[in-house]
Amino acid sequence: MSKNRNNSDDDIIEVPKTLLNVSNISISFFQYTQGLRKTVLNVVEDLDLDVHEGEIVAILGSSGSGKSLLAHAILGILPGNSLLKGEMIYDGKILDQKLKEELRGDEISLIPQSVDSLDPLMKVGGQVIGDIEDEKEREEKRKEMIKIFKNYDLREDVIDLYPFQLSGGMARRVLFSTSMINDPKLIIADEPTPGLDEKSLEETLNYLKIMANEGKGVILITHDIQAAVKVSDKIAIFYSGYVIEINETKNFSGNGDKLLHPYTRALYKALPQNGFQLFEGTQPMNIDIQDKCIYYDRCSQSVEKCGHSNPDLVEVDDGIKIRCHVVRKI
Amino acid sequence: MNYKKIFKFLGFKFGTLIILLIAVSTISFILVEISPIDPVRTYIGEMSVSQEKLTNLNEYWGVDQPLHVKVVNWLGNLANGNLGTSLIYRTPVTEVIGERFSASFMLMFTSWLLSGILGFFLGVLAGFKRGSWIDKGVKIYSYIIYSTPVFWIALILLMIFSVQLGWFPTGLAVPIGKTAGNVTFVEWLHRLILPAFTLSITGIAQIALFTRSKLVEVSSLDYFFFAKARGEKGWSLIKRHGIRNILLPAVTLQFLSFSELFGGTILVEQVFSYPGIGQAAVTAGLQSDIPLLLGIVLISTIFVFCGNSMADLIYKFVDPRIRESEANEF
Repeated sequence: MSKNRNNSDDDIIEVPKTLLNVSNISISFFQYTQGLRKTVLNVVEDLDLDVHEGEIVAILGSSGSGKSLLAHAILGILPGNSLLKGEMIYDGKILDQKLKEELRGDEISLIPQSVDSLDPLMKVGGQVIGDIEDEKEREEKRKEMIKIFKNYDLREDVIDLYPFQLSGGMARRVLFSTSMINDPKLIIADEPTPGLDEKSLEETLNYLKIMANEGKGVILITHDIQAAVKVSDKIAIFYSGYVIEINETKNFSGNGDKLLHPYTRALYKALPQNGFQLFEGTQPMNIDIQDKCIYYDRCSQSVEKCGHSNPDLVEVDDGIKIRCHVVRKI
Repeated sequence: MNYKKIFKFLGFKFGTLIILLIAVSTISFILVEISPIDPVRTYIGEMSVSQEKLTNLNEYWGVDQPLHVKVVNWLGNLANGNLGTSLIYRTPVTEVIGERFSASFMLMFTSWLLSGILGFFLGVLAGFKRGSWIDKGVKIYSYIIYSTPVFWIALILLMIFSVQLGWFPTGLAVPIGKTAGNVTFVEWLHRLILPAFTLSITGIAQIALFTRSKLVEVSSLDYFFFAKARGEKGWSLIKRHGIRNILLPAVTLQFLSFSELFGGTILVEQVFSYPGIGQAAVTAGLQSDIPLLLGIVLISTIFVFCGNSMADLIYKFVDPRIRESEANEF
């Protein structure tokens, strides 16, 4: 199992290299409402995340919590009316817009959510190879593509098909192939498992695992807690644009008592196999209110302090972080 | 390409055209019949004729026959290719139309091609550089042209280029004192430029706006976004994924615009006294030349129908999504 590669008890294993270090990232959008009044909408606040080589980090959050935006921020493809603050370091270098443009599609690749991400009027081969002018280089990529197709169980004649001729599963595997063609170091999988049946889900997660075993860093953005638990090494819980907890995946087991944040615990206990305990309330959409904990209104463990200040994300153990006034250690 | 399918399609279209022509000629014939136009009066013109002769003429023209007999006669003649004799030109209608239409065809074809290519190019440029001065320029141009009558633009151009600058003749397809047979190519071209230019600049507006909005639409789609995430950018991105996806709808639209083209030609030919089908239509209408008018109705029907069929053909047999689908029946 890949999960124990990070085990700190084991001194023989050397510490894997940090691939991506994201700290204090916040993403906001400005828009004009009612004529010329400009309003700012904060969607992601104070986000911290580390990804190491050979590691799968899952970002788990419900729809609309802003987790896909993190992927767009790393790739530098946020829309024009957005504002990105904070610092990203990739492989020891500051990841600014220029470096992002250089690396995206190359060292950093995206596996998109929708199979509509394939151009309907371009044959699969041209899309997987990408935009390459040089004849010789294209020929090399073509050979590479055939190799990758074999890994993903795609026949060679898929190259000459149009996307509408592919089945959903094939299209998904083609998308995986596009992400692998340039041998990336960091792969961001944005909801790669929406509405898949058990077998396809297993297969897809397995592909991610293989990527990690090859030494690539994988960020898995998902709202499927079971998928995250199955495949990842670390899970970051996203709540209303904030990361409220980063924990090791192995702690998502048993009765969940190694989980820290009340929300994470509630989420875990809501799973059918863990008691099916549902809890009240919804995530606040507006995260402008920073004068209290974002989970305050739903929290059963809140103390007086929670009502008037939003806690910071603090590291309580190696790589384990929590944003809570009450829970401060394991 | 499936030739059998194309032939079947063309056969189907031809059948439709025949039915359409029968319907159009019947309806327009009946419309003319119930209008107060008296063909005998038109034929006589200003001459004074005796009552006896008038009766003879009435008999000759079949004025007193019941409507259904007239319609059947007219359709029968039509089937034999006999459209009658033009009352003002005193030659068979088919000859007049053949001569006039070929003059108009050059005019329409040039401006159709020119406006299509230029409009598409400007639309792509505007969509690519959205928000820039090029975009604003194209938009302002298109809105102004859209809301301006064609004949007014024709008049303005005529005033500037022919009257004030004297670069082009003020009208006619052939210099005075020459017959159509011995006009040189340069002379002919010289007279074609201004009308064709007028028709083109009006045609550009529609296709440019359409192309622009289509490109903007495509730019927000998943596959365009994914291509960006894969490092494609700039003009090459527009070429690979933008133009590929908007070319087909744009060409289709251009074929569908045959009716507007025909309408525009009528006005432009009138202003420039260009002896084409449009001018013949106006003359025939004003001077109650019923055979010619009905002939022009038929030729314009065929013309517009051909444009629409071309659009259909492209849509069905060029787009791979529709071309390859098994359910492609009409």
